[in-house]
Amino acid sequence: MIPGEFTYHRPASVAEAIALLVDHGDEARPLAGGHSLIPMMKLRMAAPEHLIDLSGVADLKGVSQEGDVITIGAMTTQAEVIGSALLTDKLPILRETALLIADPQIRYVGTLGGNVANGDPGNDMPALMQCLSASYVLAGPDGTREVSSRDFYEAAYFTALAPEEILTAVKIPVPAPGHGYAYEKLKRKVGDYATAAAAVMLTMSGGTVSSCAIALTNVGDTPLFAEEAASILDGSTLDRETVKKAVAAAEAITMPASDGRGPAEYRTKMAGVMLERALKRAAERAQG
Amino acid sequence: MNDMTPTREQREAALEGMGCKRKRVEDIRFTQGKGKYVDDIKLPGMLHGDFVRSPYAHAKVTKIDATEALKLPGVIAVLTAEDLKGVNLAWMPTLAGDVQMVLADGKVLYQNQEVAFVVAEDRYIADDAVQLVEVEYEELPVLVDPFKSLDPDAPVLRPDLDGKMEGAHGPRKHHNHIFNWSVGEEEATDKAFAEADVTVKEMISYHRTHPSPLETCQCLASMDKVTGQLTVYGTFQAPHVVRTVASLLSTIPEHKIHVIAPDVGGGFGNKVGVYPGYVCAIVASIVTGLPVKWVEDRMENLSTTSFARDYHMTTEIAAKKDGTVTALKVHVLGDHGGFDACADPSKWPAGFFNIVTGSYDFPVAHLSVDGVYTNKAPGGVAYRCSFRVTEAAYCIERGMDVLAQKLGMDPADLRLKNFIQPEQFPYNSALGWEYDSGDYPTAMHKAMDAIDYRGLREEQKAKQEAFKRGETREIMGIGVSFFTEIVGAGPSKNCDILGVAMFDSAEIRIHPTGSVISRMGTKSQGQGHETTWAQIIATEIGIPASDITVEEGDTDTAPYGLGTYGSRSTPVAGAAIALAARKIRNKAQMIAAHMLEVSEYDLDWDVDGFQVKGNPERRKSMKEIAWAAYHAPPAGIEPGLEAVSYYDPPNMTYPFGAYFCVMDIDVDTGVAKTRRFYALDDCGTRINPMIIEGQVHGGLTEAFAIAMGQEISYDAMGNVQGASFMDFFLPTAVETPHWETDFTVTPSPHHPIGAKGVGESPNVGGVPAFSNAVNDAFGFLGATHIQMPHDAWRLWKVAKDLGAHG
Repeated sequence: MIPGEFTYHRPASVAEAIALLVDHGDEARPLAGGHSLIPMMKLRMAAPEHLIDLSGVADLKGVSQEGDVITIGAMTTQAEVIGSALLTDKLPILRETALLIADPQIRYVGTLGGNVANGDPGNDMPALMQCLSASYVLAGPDGTREVSSRDFYEAAYFTALAPEEILTAVKIPVPAPGHGYAYEKLKRKVGDYATAAAAVMLTMSGGTVSSCAIALTNVGDTPLFAEEAASILDGSTLDRETVKKAVAAAEAITMPASDGRGPAEYRTKMAGVMLERALKRAAERAQG
Repeated sequence: MNDMTPTREQREAALEGMGCKRKRVEDIRFTQGKGKYVDDIKLPGMLHGDFVRSPYAHAKVTKIDATEALKLPGVIAVLTAEDLKGVNLAWMPTLAGDVQMVLADGKVLYQNQEVAFVVAEDRYIADDAVQLVEVEYEELPVLVDPFKSLDPDAPVLRPDLDGKMEGAHGPRKHHNHIFNWSVGEEEATDKAFAEADVTVKEMISYHRTHPSPLETCQCLASMDKVTGQLTVYGTFQAPHVVRTVASLLSTIPEHKIHVIAPDVGGGFGNKVGVYPGYVCAIVASIVTGLPVKWVEDRMENLSTTSFARDYHMTTEIAAKKDGTVTALKVHVLGDHGGFDACADPSKWPAGFFNIVTGSYDFPVAHLSVDGVYTNKAPGGVAYRCSFRVTEAAYCIERGMDVLAQKLGMDPADLRLKNFIQPEQFPYNSALGWEYDSGDYPTAMHKAMDAIDYRGLREEQKAKQEAFKRGETREIMGIGVSFFTEIVGAGPSKNCDILGVAMFDSAEIRIHPTGSVISRMGTKSQGQGHETTWAQIIATEIGIPASDITVEEGDTDTAPYGLGTYGSRSTPVAGAAIALAARKIRNKAQMIAAHMLEVSEYDLDWDVDGFQVKGNPERRKSMKEIAWAAYHAPPAGIEPGLEAVSYYDPPNMTYPFGAYFCVMDIDVDTGVAKTRRFYALDDCGTRINPMIIEGQVHGGLTEAFAIAMGQEISYDAMGNVQGASFMDFFLPTAVETPHWETDFTVTPSPHHPIGAKGVGESPNVGGVPAFSNAVNDAFGFLGATHIQMPHDAWRLWKVAKDLGAHG
């Protein structure tokens, strides 16, 4: 449980950080909150020779709204997400989710950017970002580009992020006022990854669903955007039969691993149960 | 008497003696981060050791090449079994009469077994070098399932025992067999079963888990080559035993070995044994002449140093139609891993498992235990329990519920029907123990009233109906547990460790100004001895607890003791403390008589001094007497005021308790919520009620963890699963239920202050309460026995298999 030797860098700007990544290539890793990378290094499953700590880059911090888009700097901590008045007002599901991540000590250090960029299917924010139709701003030596969270994840720990790029910000379209939302997470204990979790965003109009987005956490090697399940619910009154069909559609796209949280069969079913409960809670919250 | 003279009550309160909720004095340093643990100790020139460990559960070790590791700057040495053979330490004896490899000698028997010991200038270099040691393995067939250990074609795990069919505890019947231990009357038991109205039989497993103290095992060995003195700082629950074992193993004379256990961050049985890390650090220090520190990391702790439980108990009870039990028959298959390194008193291969008749008046019983080898880590320690008593309590408390279900009887009523009655004490159990005291019906009724047991049963019935009607997806369980523990090992007539009788000791020395230094053979790991021992002395000799220093853990200063585990400190050392204090009081009485110019028989003891009978104005306080003992000792009396006592208990003590757990289970997720947990403990005389409550809270939290998910498991290849706190369930304050505590007091008749010990009761009694609640919840759906641990996915699976998912 002791990491190997590495050189520690603390750049002050994004450009400087990218230059370090370019210089050191495969031997370098950017460090955000470190709650995934540092344990991997202690287990010597990761052995970067250069650790590029992004905590000195002021540009990577902060939450702001411009028009219909909210931008959150990648180094914004989960605690800052929870404490943000703007996010609590416009994106309450973000706060609800962040409060289910780890414990307060970790949330003071762990970052939104690290959570979404690492590609760990156990992380909660990636599925939520897919549910919110968020996009990621990736900065590299050739400038910046935006990639949708729904296209970002390729496999466990494999993402669209190029080795010389840094995820600098998350952009989230502001949801409609009066929307319903819920993040339901089943976990064994505080600090654990989800056995299964479901994010739901919902708008209702005259008792029927006018829009719906669903994504699932930790029941596949990437976060799962449950498009079909959501489309089944569109236009429905969330009656029992339709919900059952949507849950079955969501369960069908899961491919969880069997682990200490339970066998694959259980985790698939729990994705369904979490979805059903999230739908119920989101519908209760939705106005209209 | 003027207004300033304190009243008797005020004088008594000032002592903060027995019965006082005195705040823990050790917490002043612990809560400020000022505790001093082994890893806080740094000696000049100190080196660091780290292990190369086996990735395989069963393999031949064909080659160990340390060439590259030794090239790394800062690496001092790499020890292998071959090096240890030079000092005859490649193997070491275990407390259970087996031998254990210190470093892999030609093969490995479990994953993460110690293969080589790297010594380097710092921990980082040591760990870097570990990666550079090249070891070649030749994989062997792996034996994980203890039920297959004794198959004729099972792989041979221990070629070192080839042809040795006589083990430490009698004949071995197979190459993977360790011992059979049989007790009770087999024929009479079989007869009772043949004649019984009702019998039940269930294989009840208590899964493998781990004590997991927050501070892992560690030591710092320092050999002074000039003086020949070996100093060992370590996380030891029994420092004197470590000294004796170290002397026997190393042939260093015992007076040249100084063992110091500084603050210890939890033990729970994990820190009783001797581990390869200790031996290697000592050898490395002897070789290098420099201090060598070894500190386990969490994964090493969970996967190598001393698991607990892993008992598979086929349990049969015979009864009459009315529920009166007539016989008990238990066969245990004990999975001991690669070596039998159980930390039991030497003559007890299955500990005190023969307490398995529990709180019930079984006329006859038979118990047979077979220990077997598997490719798993060694251990089998008493995780916050007296030796194998948790397993026994789980076995009988689950068994009684199984019987109640078969009879269609309420489990509390079945227990009430079969309790050993108060007038039967001292009670001789069918499996050979003499229970010292108890009043079970009173405790049970008090508990049932406190939680409104009958009302809960009615609520449960209504909920079951609602569940059947599809109105709820939640089921409710009420877990009943009435346990009897056996603690305080123990009487020399039946308890020793490697031949040393399991007495304990106290030394009390009064200073001229009336303050006190006292030392014991026990070692607190969080139990609060510095607080409670002072309270016993305060009451016995009338000096305020705040004027009494308690020291433990230094073998050069403390009297020889067998240490702290198995709830033995209060029953054994607690008695020694009281008796040493009484020796002092006796001498003080002689001095006071001289000072007051009366016969000592004319004096009465009164709270904090002696007064003349019929003339209480004439008195001498202990402080005055202490001064006199040093200033002007009476003629014919030695100056000074101190005493030592070694206490060999005449019997064990038998704490008991009634625990109730009320649980709601969501059948769709398998998530169980403990709505209510009520724990009534009878530990005899209560020294510090606040510390007792803290002990009960801690033990119940462990019981909750064990029952509801905490386990060390292995896959088919012998890979240990979940050896980190991500998977190994250590509950936080968020998951932990709220605890309600209560008590009755039935003092031990043979203990000087009537105390019985409490630290381990909640773990012993708590596990069956949780498990019985789970079983009780699913009973109406047709479950008879559900194996632990009861984590969410397993309970979901139970619900599914019982058809609860439609």
